[in-house]
Amino acid sequence: MKLIFELSVQGREGASLPKLDVPERELGIPAAQLRSDVPLPEVSEVDVVRHYTELSRRNFGVDSGFYPLGSCTMKYNPKVNEAIASLPGLSSVHPYQSEGLSQGCLQILHELSADLAEITGMDAFTLQPAAGAQGELVGLMVAKAYFRKRGERRTKVLVPDSAHGTNPASAAVCGYEVVELSSDSRGGVDMSELSDKATGDVAVLMLTNPNTLGLFEENIIEISKIVHDKGGLMYCDGANMNAILGVARPGDMGFDITHLNLHKTFSAPHGGGGPGSGPVGVKALLEPFLPKPTIEGDGERYFLNYDRPDSIGRVKAFYGNFAVLVKAYAYIRALGPDGLREVAENAVLNANYLMRKLKGAYELPYDRICKHEFVLSGSKQLAHGVHTMDIAKRLIDYGYHPPTIYFPLIVKEALMIEPTETEGKETLDAFADAMLQIAEEARKDPDLLRAAPQTAPVTRPDALTAARRPNLRWRPVDDKPQ
Amino acid sequence: MVRYVVNTDKERREMMDSIGIESIGDLFRDIDEGILLRGPLRLRHSLSEQELMDELRGISEKNADANGYARFLGAGAYDHFIPSIVPHLTGRSEFYTSYTPYQAEISQGILQAIYEFQSFICQLTEMEVANASMYDGASALAEAAVMASNITRRKEIVVSSTIHPEYREVVRTYAEAHGLEVKEIGFDDGATSASELAKGVSERTAAVLVQNPNFFGIVEELCEMEQVVHGRGALLVACVVEPTSLGLLKSPGGCGADIVAGEGQSLGNSINFGGPHLGFLAARQAFLQKMPGRLVGMTSDTKGRRCFVMTLQAREQHVRREKATSNVCTNQALNALAATIFLAALGKGGFTKLSNLNAQKARYLRARILELDGFESVFTKPFYNEFVVKCPVDPARINKELEGDGIIGGLPLRRHYDGFEGGWLLCATERETKLDIDRLIEALRGIAR
Repeated sequence: MKLIFELSVQGREGASLPKLDVPERELGIPAAQLRSDVPLPEVSEVDVVRHYTELSRRNFGVDSGFYPLGSCTMKYNPKVNEAIASLPGLSSVHPYQSEGLSQGCLQILHELSADLAEITGMDAFTLQPAAGAQGELVGLMVAKAYFRKRGERRTKVLVPDSAHGTNPASAAVCGYEVVELSSDSRGGVDMSELSDKATGDVAVLMLTNPNTLGLFEENIIEISKIVHDKGGLMYCDGANMNAILGVARPGDMGFDITHLNLHKTFSAPHGGGGPGSGPVGVKALLEPFLPKPTIEGDGERYFLNYDRPDSIGRVKAFYGNFAVLVKAYAYIRALGPDGLREVAENAVLNANYLMRKLKGAYELPYDRICKHEFVLSGSKQLAHGVHTMDIAKRLIDYGYHPPTIYFPLIVKEALMIEPTETEGKETLDAFADAMLQIAEEARKDPDLLRAAPQTAPVTRPDALTAARRPNLRWRPVDDKPQ
Repeated sequence: MVRYVVNTDKERREMMDSIGIESIGDLFRDIDEGILLRGPLRLRHSLSEQELMDELRGISEKNADANGYARFLGAGAYDHFIPSIVPHLTGRSEFYTSYTPYQAEISQGILQAIYEFQSFICQLTEMEVANASMYDGASALAEAAVMASNITRRKEIVVSSTIHPEYREVVRTYAEAHGLEVKEIGFDDGATSASELAKGVSERTAAVLVQNPNFFGIVEELCEMEQVVHGRGALLVACVVEPTSLGLLKSPGGCGADIVAGEGQSLGNSINFGGPHLGFLAARQAFLQKMPGRLVGMTSDTKGRRCFVMTLQAREQHVRREKATSNVCTNQALNALAATIFLAALGKGGFTKLSNLNAQKARYLRARILELDGFESVFTKPFYNEFVVKCPVDPARINKELEGDGIIGGLPLRRHYDGFEGGWLLCATERETKLDIDRLIEALRGIAR
């Protein structure tokens, strides 16, 4: 397909601007500081609409079909929340207009913080982080500031081998040495290894619970105790909160810090890779270190508090990804306590139902009740020379978005499947049928899988050339690469 | 109440039977009883869609928005006209309900849009490469500082104090995490002080960070700073917070910047009480491997057709874990899509015209204000669409009075800069009509009197 730049026809215009209605003045900017030309395409409005509509047709979203991308919680994104976030009284409010003219925004932020604290069992929240990974960074910086204030020097962060890549990356960015913890035969943290590695110089244990195998950490109370006994803090990667909404809370499990991914658990759309939102909740002892400003109020008046001497500072301009926060607020407000619990129950029921159907045809390395997702191995199919990649690509031909693949790293040929609560039984049945059919095909006609997909807008891309000779931008024909 | 779960009680029963469990509670037996919640969460009761909409509309009406007020406030978040096609196209749910394009074959739409976005950013900034976007301008600038330190293996970051105050705070926060030292240099007539720059940059300096136009709206002499910065082996990081200025001003790439970090909200994105906005990051080709964030590249499929993939992922956290260039995972794909559509629609002629409208409206506004008794010019250097004036009374008080006239005034500078009593940062974009501006002038005449 052509690029927008390749549709350019000299003289075409795609937008209209008002005429200058004030007397024209000299700009007063020296010529050396001005540019002569902005090399943008020239296309009509219809050209733009057709081009991006065509691009949208070459994209698969939750509204297009089943999207069981493990660890990403690709649930239905309620349309009413989009309508709400687009209200001019929310989308068109300036972050620096007076507090008096921003009471509605501040009320939403204040109430959302309180709701998230109740849902997670934490005492205080910052809504500033723009994504889960930025939330991790904030959480670890808060921990670092806390230990500094106490005059303690701790240099290590413990991270299980099943963790998301962002966990060790965030710890490293924060200047910590990352110490990996092995998983035991049941998919949880290896307790004897934890006892050895939980030393006095450990600042934080970062744990995803339920973990990336979709399994609840059965020893969580004991794990928290071991870490706390050595003076360390417990960090919960809340990426998988969808499994336990209204059922259990990180704060009650001994976690001191937790981040949430509002674009996962709280239904805000993923936007093709963002914007997200990664609020961070902490126990009271860590509250002084949260980013500034905090949003405070008494239910009548709301205000921004910048007077926070122990704060780690800021990680983002203004107050967070407000429009995403609004969608999460609306979701919580609409569902209420019973609705949220129903989310977790159905997410877990759907995952277990699907897991039982696929066990047998595919290897299930950890065979126990799962939470919101489960991880299969394509090892049986590998015997026929078929890789998990091929299974994933073949699913595209059946009309599905493939699951997360090759993650977590501790499962060979991993397929991580998260159906979410917003799918019906018949969708799960049809997906299971497709997966069983593919297992058959892997046995009888492996080339069919290796050549998949055949029904998508393109077949498999040449990723090697893309990396070896990167072409990362369009250039005008007369523009020589420097 | 609103429900998004699908299955009926009967279906749930069938599924439980198939799993071999008696009740839903059996699914949570692996959680210690001591930590299972005993009662419902203490949250307000559920709502129907109608009740929800009514309640949120009510809350939204407690805010003032750009439709009800004339607004002369910029300072890092700008009111610009957004063509209708932008929300219509970004509202295509194939785009906004998708995630990171891990499966390239069914994600060509987002992938190609990101490739086009990268190209647009390169064209605007005249840099060689750009990534798929960052969280916002402030964190993009902080990541650029870290990137410069990784490239030069130096630890000192020199920051001009004419950079947006909140951006400087974010740079400090990231610098603290990475163990970098931040040094601020002052300004002279509203622009980065040339003498302080010359004294401040040394062989220890990884990068000099400069915003253009700067927080006061003033056009910095970027090309002249370049020689000083490179003379000491440091990198020049240009920060663009108001990218519509790039239709008029010499580009950072044209001035020899090594890295450009910026905020793309002005390009088709709503102001949204501060977010989500759109960070962007561009650099010289030589620094490609040190860039954080996602990159999309063009390649071909097995049938030789043009297609797009995420590439050079060996820099990123999901592959490199603790050795990654950054912990950044997601980008702001939907905001980048909005900017891409906005730039395509405005095009070559429209974008230049837009820049010119902004500059002209701001000049008219400034000239009219300076006609008023007691309002004085503060800086003499050239500006784009923002400028500072000194008010005869506390600008916070002026703002309060203007609110009664349906006007949102500028930013009182006192909150961000010492020694700026009466300083008021005003902005005018293409959105402000002559009528709006004249109305502000009349209101100010009344207040000053």
